[in-house]
Amino acid sequence: MKRANLALLIVLACVAALPLVGGAYALRLGTMACMYAILALSWNVVGGLAGYPSFATAAFFGFGAYVTGVLLNAGVPLTPSILAAFIGSFVLAGLLGAVLLRLRGHYFAIASLSLVGVLRELANNATDLTGGGMGLNIPLASGSSIMADALFFFYGMWGLLLATALMVIIVSASKLGFGLVCIRQNETAANMIGLNATLYKSIAFGLSACFVAAAGGLYAAWVHYIDPSDVFDILYSVKPIVMTLMGGLGSPLGAACGAFLYLVLEEVVWRNYIQIHSGVLGVLIVALLLLLPHGLVSLRFRNFWRKAKHV
Amino acid sequence: MSEILRLDRVSRRFSGLQALREVTLGINKGEVLGLIGPNGAGKTTLVNTVCGVTPANSGTITFGGQDITRIKTFQAARLGLSRTFQIVQPFAEFTALDNVAAAALFSQPGENLKSAREEARAHLAFVGLEAQASQSAATLTLAMRKRLELAKALAMKPKLLFLDEVNAGLNSAEVERATKLIHQLAADGITIVMIEHLMKVVLNVCTRIVVLHNGQMIADGEPRDVIKNPAVVDAYLGQQYAQRNATNG
Repeated sequence: MKRANLALLIVLACVAALPLVGGAYALRLGTMACMYAILALSWNVVGGLAGYPSFATAAFFGFGAYVTGVLLNAGVPLTPSILAAFIGSFVLAGLLGAVLLRLRGHYFAIASLSLVGVLRELANNATDLTGGGMGLNIPLASGSSIMADALFFFYGMWGLLLATALMVIIVSASKLGFGLVCIRQNETAANMIGLNATLYKSIAFGLSACFVAAAGGLYAAWVHYIDPSDVFDILYSVKPIVMTLMGGLGSPLGAACGAFLYLVLEEVVWRNYIQIHSGVLGVLIVALLLLLPHGLVSLRFRNFWRKAKHV
Repeated sequence: MSEILRLDRVSRRFSGLQALREVTLGINKGEVLGLIGPNGAGKTTLVNTVCGVTPANSGTITFGGQDITRIKTFQAARLGLSRTFQIVQPFAEFTALDNVAAAALFSQPGENLKSAREEARAHLAFVGLEAQASQSAATLTLAMRKRLELAKALAMKPKLLFLDEVNAGLNSAEVERATKLIHQLAADGITIVMIEHLMKVVLNVCTRIVVLHNGQMIADGEPRDVIKNPAVVDAYLGQQYAQRNATNG
């Protein structure tokens, strides 16, 4: 296994130890961190490997949240509900991908962005099913304490993150991953050597959707109430991209670390500069991207040592 | 000699421009066919149409007895139709080895990354790029990238190989080297269609020449006959070439 991937698994193992050191607040933050890492890692499959800048993350996040929410309300247990969101979104994304992924570059970005709007309006208007703009209440799991609940959702999200990371590691070492990188570099040439680019891109889009949808489902069960403007929030599309850019495009380790770094920054800035927090965060992100254009993974600690030796 | 590819009244139009007009052409197994003509004659379009990049508007194309008129590009590649690009199309971030390995991996069923890389090494050696195997494709010289294109095309185990101006932009030593490779491929029994502007190479390598002009076939035959054909001299070669050729020959 590549060293970066090993490092990713070690980072994830460290995150799993969070409940040992933190209380309910740390667990909430940890659950969010795992959720965003799932989103960033997933985006990396279609955006980083295949080079298609997808803004559809929020669409599948919301799709997963609503599928799970509606099923939970119908009395289906949590696991099968999330599984349904997982499979449903893979199929939906695969089919949509076969159409949308014919567009390239900016055109694809806009089309994938519109997908968020379309699904949001569908959720808004299917009042009988989703509650429309009034939102959807999701039944509480009865009889468990706040702390047990927090622990359950933290490990749920963490497990999903681990599964996402394993999927990404397996894909990038496989023929599929190799083909996606070919597509990113030169799609015409990729077709010409016998690579079924449409199929590969659709699978990549499906894989980048299904873990996001599962995370959306778990999120819905966690917060007990969802409405279209919350779960179809365009920020769910934008943040994973920023996180991946901060961490390092195309690198699973980078995507995960970028997600953690982003959340830490967001939290620290929000606590200290409540009035101008988005402004400060924006400046920080721009500064980071300017100073480290290839992301966190381009940092080489060994180089610091080397410089020190020569001084 | 049996026919490997047949185009029957194939036409292709790009909005107002008729790039191919009812081209009817048979290519025999083992032949080295030179496809010549002035710029914009439709040579590359013909290759693109056969490979499914720009499908024909009308007419039929059969390859090894199978109708491939509406075939997709990747399917054509898997059938054994392979090509090099006039403007080289490497996977720039990959090493030379992985470029060729990708071609073997995706065109051959049952290939895995490891076996594809092993095969790729042999193809790189054949075109004389074994020393550059681990160099990224973006850092290769134009002549090397042209040879890399050739290695990629060969990794696809072609039955029919289109060479689209493999010699354009090369110096004479490099051209000589490329010509030698083409001779070797022909000796191995690969059917070759080459688009080429260097008449010296065409006459040296090709067993037959087809001339396109404004999307139409204006000549087809033995190289020595075709270059004397008045229509070809008018459309492409020019009087000077014909006269020089007459005095030399």
